[in-house]
Amino acid sequence: MKYLITLLVGMAIGVVVFVLLLYYNPFVGNPSVSPLVVSELDLADFSYSLVVRDSIAFTNDGESRVQPYPAKVLQLWEPAVKKTRAIVTVLTDSRGQPAGLGVKFSSDSESTRLINAEVVVDSVWHIYAPEYGTFFVDQTENFWPYLHDIVVPARLSGGDSWRGSWHRNMSAGPGALGIARVTGGTGDFAGIEAEAVESITANAYSAITGPMAMTGNLTIALPRQEEQP
Amino acid sequence: MTSGRCAGANQDSQEQNLLKILNLGIVLGIAAAAAVVYVYPVVDQHREPSLIAVLPNGGNSESFHIRLPGDRIMAGATGSTESTPLALEWPKHDFLANMQTELFKVRNEKGVVIGVASRMSGSSEQHGLFIEWVVHLPARGSMFITMAVNPSADGYREGKLRAGTREFLTLNGAIIERFVNEVDDVDSDDVGRIELVTAFVGLAEELE
Repeated sequence: MKYLITLLVGMAIGVVVFVLLLYYNPFVGNPSVSPLVVSELDLADFSYSLVVRDSIAFTNDGESRVQPYPAKVLQLWEPAVKKTRAIVTVLTDSRGQPAGLGVKFSSDSESTRLINAEVVVDSVWHIYAPEYGTFFVDQTENFWPYLHDIVVPARLSGGDSWRGSWHRNMSAGPGALGIARVTGGTGDFAGIEAEAVESITANAYSAITGPMAMTGNLTIALPRQEEQP
Repeated sequence: MTSGRCAGANQDSQEQNLLKILNLGIVLGIAAAAAVVYVYPVVDQHREPSLIAVLPNGGNSESFHIRLPGDRIMAGATGSTESTPLALEWPKHDFLANMQTELFKVRNEKGVVIGVASRMSGSSEQHGLFIEWVVHLPARGSMFITMAVNPSADGYREGKLRAGTREFLTLNGAIIERFVNEVDDVDSDDVGRIELVTAFVGLAEELE
């Protein structure tokens, strides 16, 4: 009997050790420097607030910590869209001036692999920017560093919150080096294909209400005119 | 004296055995946890069967439905007196003056919600008129569709698949958008539905 108990205690210790190894794995993490920094192309920057009340509208399944906004917006409770979030927001340029309107859909991805420290989200942007026209951005994002560095510490803290200074690239594909794909719709962007990287800069997060001081940034490498088909 | 030594040796042997079993347990625990994390899907998106019809050219056709107004998540336009939801505060920026943005739930032909979509339409001096859809089906992928501005004489509007992800990545083809004045659920407040009918062909098939 005592051998069995010892085996079970050992297994419990093993599970704890595995969880700690997984959580404190020093060989994983998203880069904080955008691969587009070395690009020779002109870059267009779009920023938006991740604080739900700063958006025009936000919806999810209605059961998450971050509540839909504004009141009585339709919730995504049906099984096929339960793990999906939608946000409509004004995008600002690098000077903080309104520069476009963006709709973002994000869904938890089945390619999530905790053992590889990959919490993957499939997301797409539908954007209208008067300076460029309309375009579509598709990407996979890895939220592991976000959960590891912000969400878990906030939940473990006595004040149910996290404060600090944090910046990471969230884009993890489909392009090499974790680059998102851009497809032009109308306007100057009509017919073009380009690259983008999305990042998050966080300063405060509440385990009860979600992001409190957090901005998303979408950087697009603008193709040169002669490169356009 | 000899029995005392034997008892001590037995105890040492038992402790060593316990230590070995503890170590074995730790290894088994790590292996079991790794196996569970590796094998068990953390995310398992709900899937509805795709209701696809095969076209004579080898392509496929599918119909997506949006009930109005029941499936409208959000609708915003500058100057509009009736936003959806009612509490929506649509921004009053100049560049949004001639724009309308809507978010919908998307259903399959059987009326089951399978995704979400955004529809942007507007006009500007710089870019002219545009109507676009992004349809996002979490279990399958997304589509970016640009529509012709003017509807046909039969009242539908044609569009083209500009980009797709996952299941729609290698597809190419046309989409028809039309308003159907029929109600799927007679007990609802719906007045009709938008139908998006796709006719796609794989890029490889197209080359052949």
